[in-house]
Amino acid sequence: MAMLEVNDLKTHFATQDGVVKAVDGVSYSLEPGETLGIVGESGSGKSVTALSVMQLNPKPPASYPEGEILFEGQNLLEVPEKRMQQIRGNDIAMIFQDPMTSLNPVFTVGNQIREAIRIHQDLSKTEANEKTVQVLTDVGIANPEQRAKEYPHQFSGGMRQRAMIAMALSCNPKVLIADEPTTALDVTIQAQILELMVDLQEKYGTAIVMITHDLGVVSQIADKVMVMYAGRAVERATTDDVFYDPLMPYSWSLLRSLPRLDTAGEVRLLPIKGTPPSLIFLPDGCNFHPRCPFAKDECRRVDPDLEEKKPGHEAACILSVEEIEGNKGRVDQELGVGS
Amino acid sequence: MSENGGAEATVDTGRNGRPAENLLETRNLKMHFPIKAGVLRRTVGHVKAVDGVDLQIRKGETLGLVGESGCGKSTLARLVLRLLEPTEGEVLFEGEDILQYDRKRMLNVRRNMQIIFQDPYASLNPRMSVGNIVAEPLKTHNVSEGSERKKRVQELLEVVGLSPEHYNRYPHEFSGGQRQRIGVARAIALNPRLIICDEPVSALDVSIQAQVVNLLQDLQKEFDLTYVFIAHDLSVVKHISDRVAVMYLGKIVEVADRKDLYGRPRHPYTASLLSAIPVPDPRKERERQRVVLTGDVPSPANPPSGCPFHTRCPRAQDYCVENVPPLEPQESGDHRAACFFPVKEGQKIEEPATSTPYRVE
Repeated sequence: MAMLEVNDLKTHFATQDGVVKAVDGVSYSLEPGETLGIVGESGSGKSVTALSVMQLNPKPPASYPEGEILFEGQNLLEVPEKRMQQIRGNDIAMIFQDPMTSLNPVFTVGNQIREAIRIHQDLSKTEANEKTVQVLTDVGIANPEQRAKEYPHQFSGGMRQRAMIAMALSCNPKVLIADEPTTALDVTIQAQILELMVDLQEKYGTAIVMITHDLGVVSQIADKVMVMYAGRAVERATTDDVFYDPLMPYSWSLLRSLPRLDTAGEVRLLPIKGTPPSLIFLPDGCNFHPRCPFAKDECRRVDPDLEEKKPGHEAACILSVEEIEGNKGRVDQELGVGS
Repeated sequence: MSENGGAEATVDTGRNGRPAENLLETRNLKMHFPIKAGVLRRTVGHVKAVDGVDLQIRKGETLGLVGESGCGKSTLARLVLRLLEPTEGEVLFEGEDILQYDRKRMLNVRRNMQIIFQDPYASLNPRMSVGNIVAEPLKTHNVSEGSERKKRVQELLEVVGLSPEHYNRYPHEFSGGQRQRIGVARAIALNPRLIICDEPVSALDVSIQAQVVNLLQDLQKEFDLTYVFIAHDLSVVKHISDRVAVMYLGKIVEVADRKDLYGRPRHPYTASLLSAIPVPDPRKERERQRVVLTGDVPSPANPPSGCPFHTRCPRAQDYCVENVPPLEPQESGDHRAACFFPVKEGQKIEEPATSTPYRVE
């Protein structure tokens, strides 16, 4: 049994303009020690998927018309809030994108980490203090006793994110959900944080859900990848399969629209035309067809489900593997991409 | 290949056989912002945002400017446009020091230098129609009137890939990528020579980024523009630039032809910056040796002595703590780096170099 299993999750929001189908049928599973990368543009439903697992979407407007989130066999959509509070932070922890807004500016960093520890663990004040210093040391903050007494504004961006990771890991969670943890940071600091996450994962066997729009970060850290578009999972496979043999035209287009350090300047970028659709008025047929470079007439009518195209490699596209590969090859030749 | 040849060609094919002039040059440019404190608001120190920058921008090229946040990239851009008055130094536009110009002459020069800002949501006035936004530079500089001006604006909208019917719409009706196109239309309205692009694609989604990057490249070819392209994303900079300059704590630490800078970085900061970028290629990622720098960028209000990078540099020696390295030519004259112990071909960054500083003995 997988540690975390999300089955056909739907998270809808009621708004004045209509129902926003932020997440509309997403499934994935996660084993201990594994890293899943969730990739997609802003508004594709990545963060709402994560917040649904944490049960942090305000209800209303959020509702879960269908699906289940199984954590060690119990459905998080059905457990009472009391039980959820025990799970949240203790078994499943989350790191947010912006470390400045996710730390409370009027309490010291140590105070906030200690609070998390004392809620979930039966420790005395001095023991909790020791534990706080220890987790700060774990995440590589120099001079932790002193730093614990400081306020968030006295920390740099990278250190704040380290403090957030320290807080998230203070209860040794089984699952860590990281929502764009390095997006607000400079590359040199990003490298530090990613290295830290991998080290801690090896040490504690934590399963990680890494949400990001940066395909480079995913290729560095993830074992398997789920690509999201307009609230749906459109491709799901191992990291290598998604990067070297994408079978959903959207994933392929994303990779071709990205300047890469190794080929930059030699090939022209292939932008994806148009913009992502509104989640209230989704196009008929395949959600991606208005922007898809390979779309056929049929794509306007048929809404494809995620299906296994190759062993262990699922994609939501009505085109056959041969058609997709033929199309990819043709465009690559025009662009002059050698593969 | 072509970019090496291209860079050479720009040097050689200047008018009358002389080397091509620099469109823009900065000499020892400094911007020190005062830090005021106390009741009397006395100056207690300075933030050295830009601290002695010598930079040449050649006609028709794209110069990429990279560095971490707070390194002074955007301040430098604003100094070049004289949106900020520098503390010290010169800014030469076509050989003339524009810092000496009065208001009137400055206005004339500004026709030739424009800027595209990072945040397409903050850089467009929400109460002005797109037509008025794009027409504003034409108005300021008294170029064309009435229906002729409107025609020109509609032309510009078409050039950047919007429709002329968008003339009467407002910025909130557009997506991020479209707004950035409006910003581009405004920047090219006066046929400028130089456009400073300050993180023009950083706020955009990946699928939209490519649209704007391609647009900028097409416009450069069509209108013979010179770009200074500021970004923290080194892959985008590599894609668009002919030459690249790396900034650290208000100083240029390395500048070179794109191929040289990415292929053979000399400054340990450049080398570690390059190794920190994740590449969307899982197999390469697994094989890669990363140099993870320790610590954060020091505060520009209190920069370290000697080489500004010595606090994080894996190969720093005692010598670096006491002496400031000048931006010196490396093997090929076009490649300059400010380091006493530059990374040589095939060397690892961590490898401690010889104890004799480069070109100092």
